[in-house]
Amino acid sequence: MAELGTLVEKVRSKNAGPFWLTVDIFCGSPEAFARVTTGLETARVAHLFGVEPQAMKRFDIPDLNVVKLSVPRPVVQGTRADRDMHGAGWAVLVEEMEIA
Amino acid sequence: MTRVLIPTGALGLGYDRAALSRGIANRPDIIAVDGGSTDSGPSYLGRGVSKYSRTSTKAEWRGLMQARAEAGVPLVIGTAGTCGADSAVDWLLEITREIAAETGQTLRVATLKSGQSAAAVKAALAEGRIAPLFPAPDISEALIDACSNIVALAGAEQIAGALATGADIVIAGRTTDTAIIAALPLVSGDHPGACWHGAKIGECGAIATTQPATGVIQIDFDATGFTMEPMALTAAATPYTVSAHMLYENSDPFVLHEPGGHLDVTGARYTALDARRVRVEGSEWIKGDYTVKLEGARVAGYQTVALALLRDRRYVRHAREWAADVQARVAAQIVERMGLAPEDFTLELRLIGMDATLGPLENRTTTPVEVGVLGIVTCPTEAQAAEAGKMLNPYLLHHALTENEPMPTFAFPFSPAEMQRGALYEFCLNHVMRLDDPMSAFRLDVHEVGHG
Repeated sequence: MAELGTLVEKVRSKNAGPFWLTVDIFCGSPEAFARVTTGLETARVAHLFGVEPQAMKRFDIPDLNVVKLSVPRPVVQGTRADRDMHGAGWAVLVEEMEIA
Repeated sequence: MTRVLIPTGALGLGYDRAALSRGIANRPDIIAVDGGSTDSGPSYLGRGVSKYSRTSTKAEWRGLMQARAEAGVPLVIGTAGTCGADSAVDWLLEITREIAAETGQTLRVATLKSGQSAAAVKAALAEGRIAPLFPAPDISEALIDACSNIVALAGAEQIAGALATGADIVIAGRTTDTAIIAALPLVSGDHPGACWHGAKIGECGAIATTQPATGVIQIDFDATGFTMEPMALTAAATPYTVSAHMLYENSDPFVLHEPGGHLDVTGARYTALDARRVRVEGSEWIKGDYTVKLEGARVAGYQTVALALLRDRRYVRHAREWAADVQARVAAQIVERMGLAPEDFTLELRLIGMDATLGPLENRTTTPVEVGVLGIVTCPTEAQAAEAGKMLNPYLLHHALTENEPMPTFAFPFSPAEMQRGALYEFCLNHVMRLDDPMSAFRLDVHEVGHG
């Protein structure tokens, strides 16, 4: 097991418009990409984000060694319950995940 | 071939002046710059104002107006003043007039306004021309009436219309990020898939290069594709930096919806021409219905916030229970003394240093040196929010963990301790509106500027 953030170059999360959140995992090499694509369970990310697993869209993009996860924002951007206007803080939940 | 010079990802973010000069020397056909996005939240659209300072905006716009005069080509800005509301277009037009007067320029300026009246949107709703995207709030006449601003995102057709007036400068309200870049190449007959794909890659300036902060890039569009080159000599575009930009702020990295169709980059091929330039071919434009996306913001209450700092070790250790106790006591007092029902207001204490970013999703625990207690009260009126915020004050300052201890005092960074934030806005539309005539929802005006 290892923390995902130690295996990849960068994890970034951002709004994709006010109603969506998108997380990009830049793996940096085919080896890291292979490890992340096999070790990363979408359902676990959904659990960490507090959303239903079927709400998550996942794109494994070998040309870029990137795994992308998109989900309707659990809290719409800027509403009173929103804590993170640009959605940047969600990345740490993925970065700090332990994966096989 | 159409050459588009993009000075920066957004007016207000700055750009490298030497790189801009290099771009001008390359004789572009147009200079296109983005002026905003929803990314800073609903308040800007709600109020119809820019998030950047007028001073910075004017300084950067002056530089672009001078570059335009030198190049003798149109300068177009989309989503002026962060939100692209009509008032933000007027704001930038006023800045443009000032600069023209100060620099002795005479100009034709076209303004394209994207603001939608509640009546027009309600009519479209009644005619069945409005459809929800996913996820969308429920739409109703009452919701439309509640919006302080509604804008429609213009596409390439409306920008082309503005350019066709012979304008030296186009100040557009809300547009898609890509429309201002794609418009002229599309009119010139360049490859439609390339026009939209290149526009998406270029919309954030040099973000799709190895040196995002340099800002300035140039994109050449032609019959089969596009070529991107950063104008700062130290920056490089590589197949990786260019193709990875489709990920940026986009929920689907292969598809981008625009008025009148969508871009599909599944078949795109990215080739390095040399160490700094990338050629892209193979992206496709698929025509569809002519719809424009709507954005709306409405007032969702009024807020007062206060910040207190816990540094005492015992209070830091027990911050969560302390905050819960303060929250419960002050909420009860707001109900009792102000007569508000519990469902009419919210009172939250976010613990900075513990879980303020992620809230219930935070899964790390540690004992911090200090804890910032951010009190946020949201009420139906501004006066109520001010009153409720003041009720928080004595508790944030002195509330003790137990009854049997001397009265503690915590650190307040400010006097007054409360900060009134005014209206809390929220985005309340995620819908598209079908148009039979692309211009029908937009207003184009021509202004002769600087003629004494």
